[in-house]
Amino acid sequence: MDPIIWSRIQFAVTAAYHWLFVPLTLGLALVMAVMETLYLVKKDEFWKKATKFWMKLFAVNFAVGIATGIILEFEFGTNWSNYSWMVGDMFGAPLAIEGILAFFMEATFFAVMFFGWEKVSPRFHLASTWLTGIGATISAYWILVANGWMQNPVGTTFNPDTVRSEMASVAAFWEVVSNPVAVSKFCHSVTSGWVTGGIFVVGVSAWYLLKNRHVEFARKSLLIGAIVGLVGSGAVMLSGDSSGVHAAEFQPMKLAAAEGLMDGGRGAAFTIVPGIKIPKMLSILATHKADGFVPGINDILNGYIGDDGIRVPSVAEKMEAGRNALDALAVYRSLRDTDPVLADASRQMLEENVQYMGYGHLSAPEDVVPPVGVVFWAFRLMIGLGMLVALVLLLALIAVWKDKLGSWKWLLWAAIVCIPLAYICGQCGWIVAEVGRQPWTIQGLLPVNVAISSLSAGQVMTTFFIFLAVFALFLTIEIRILLRAIGKGPDVEPSEA
Amino acid sequence: MTWGRPLVWLIILKLFILFAVLRVFFFKPEMSGMTPEQKSELVGERITNTK
Repeated sequence: MDPIIWSRIQFAVTAAYHWLFVPLTLGLALVMAVMETLYLVKKDEFWKKATKFWMKLFAVNFAVGIATGIILEFEFGTNWSNYSWMVGDMFGAPLAIEGILAFFMEATFFAVMFFGWEKVSPRFHLASTWLTGIGATISAYWILVANGWMQNPVGTTFNPDTVRSEMASVAAFWEVVSNPVAVSKFCHSVTSGWVTGGIFVVGVSAWYLLKNRHVEFARKSLLIGAIVGLVGSGAVMLSGDSSGVHAAEFQPMKLAAAEGLMDGGRGAAFTIVPGIKIPKMLSILATHKADGFVPGINDILNGYIGDDGIRVPSVAEKMEAGRNALDALAVYRSLRDTDPVLADASRQMLEENVQYMGYGHLSAPEDVVPPVGVVFWAFRLMIGLGMLVALVLLLALIAVWKDKLGSWKWLLWAAIVCIPLAYICGQCGWIVAEVGRQPWTIQGLLPVNVAISSLSAGQVMTTFFIFLAVFALFLTIEIRILLRAIGKGPDVEPSEA
Repeated sequence: MTWGRPLVWLIILKLFILFAVLRVFFFKPEMSGMTPEQKSELVGERITNTK
C-alpha cells in the first residue's frame, strides 16, 4: 500500500467531486441572471417565475456543493505537508482572497437572491443575482491562479533559508495573477461551466417537452439554455486553443502525452484516433504555424532545439542540474551559520540550477512521462463529447427557430443524454490537465513523491473512505432533491406555461 | 420560498461534518504546532534527503 498513490487518489476524487457542482453553479448563475434581466426589461411575470424555478435547482446544487473544495485544503495540510510548506507564501494569497472576497461575495448575494424576492427592490435583487454569478466566477479565478502556478510557476523565488517559493514584490504577485496558464485555464473552465449549465437547462426543458408539460416554459427556457451553452461552446474552443499553445510552451510533455506523440518534428500531424491523422494540424494548434516544431516524448527525454533556436536540455542533463541544486541546498543549509563564504558559493550554485531542482529527485529520465494512454484518451473524449454537446445545442436552437421541437423527439432525447455527457467531458478535461502534468505537483520543482507528508497508507485510506461515504450521501441527497424539484416543475400558471 | 429552510439545514449539517468532525478528528495538519523555523528544518531535510 503506497501512501502516495492513496493520497493522489483521494485528491483526484475530491477534486472531481468538487467539479460536479462548480460548472452547474457557473452555468445556471448566468441562465438565471439572463432570465431575471428579461423579467425586469419586459416586465413579464413569466420570466420571474422561470428564474425562480432555475434558482431552486441552483440553490440545491449550491447547498450541496458549497465548501466541498475545503476538503482539498484539508488534504494539503494532512497529506501534502512538504508541498504546503514550500508553496505556503504563494498559495496562501490567492486562496485567502478567494475565501475572503469572492466566496463571501458569492454567499452574501446568494442569500439576498434566494431569500430576498419580496424584501429588496427588483433592481437590487437583479444585481444580487448577477453578483452571485460574478462572485462564483471570481472565486474560480483565484483557485485557478493557484492551480496555474503549479503548472507554470512564475513570479516566485525559491528561498533556501525558509525552503519556500516566495513572492518578493508586488510585481511578482501580479506576475502570478496574470500567469497566462491561469488566465487560459480560467476562461476554459468558466466557459465550460456555461456549456454545462446551458445543456442542463436544455435537457430538463426537453424532458418537459417530451412529457408535454409546461410546454411554453420549456420552449423559452430551452432557447435561453441553448444560447448560453452555445456562447460557452464557442468560448471553450477559443480558450482551448490558447490552452494548447500554453501547454506546448510550458508543459510540452503534457501535449506530447495528450497526442501520444513519441517523435515530434516540424509540421506535426494531429491524431484524431490512432490511424487517422490531420497533416500539420498539431503544429498549427500548438504553435499557430504549419511548420512549427512540436517535440515528442523522445525529443523531450533526449533534448531538442526549440522553434526559437534554443536548445532544451535532455532530462538526464536536467536531473544532473537538479542533483547539483539539491546538493548545494544541503551544503548551504549546513554551513550558512559557520562558513559564510562556502555557503554563498553553494547558494550561487543553487540559484544557477534551481529551475531543475525537482529533476534531482527523479530516479530515471522516464519518470517525467505521464500515463500516456489515460491522457491520450481523456483528451479525445473531452473534445468528442464537447463537440457533440455543442452540436446538440446548435440543433436545439435551430429547432426553436424552425418550430420543430414538437417533431424532433430524437433531439429532445439527445439533449437529456447530453447532461451526463457534459459532466464526463468536464472531468476528462481535468484528467488531461492534472494527469498530464505528472509527476509534478509544481512543474519542474517538486514531484509528488517529495511533496507528500510522512504518513501511512492506512491513515489516508481512513479519511478517504469517510469522505467517500459522507459525500456520496450528500450527492445522493442532491440528485434526489433535484429530480423531485424537476418532477414538480415550475410554479407557473397553466395560462403562462 | 419553502425550500429555503431545508437547504440552510443541509448547509449547516455539511459545515458541521466538515469542520467539527473531519477537520478536528481526521484531517490534522502534519506540521501543526511547529514553529516556522522547525517547519523549514523538517522540509529542508526531507527535500535534500529524497534523491
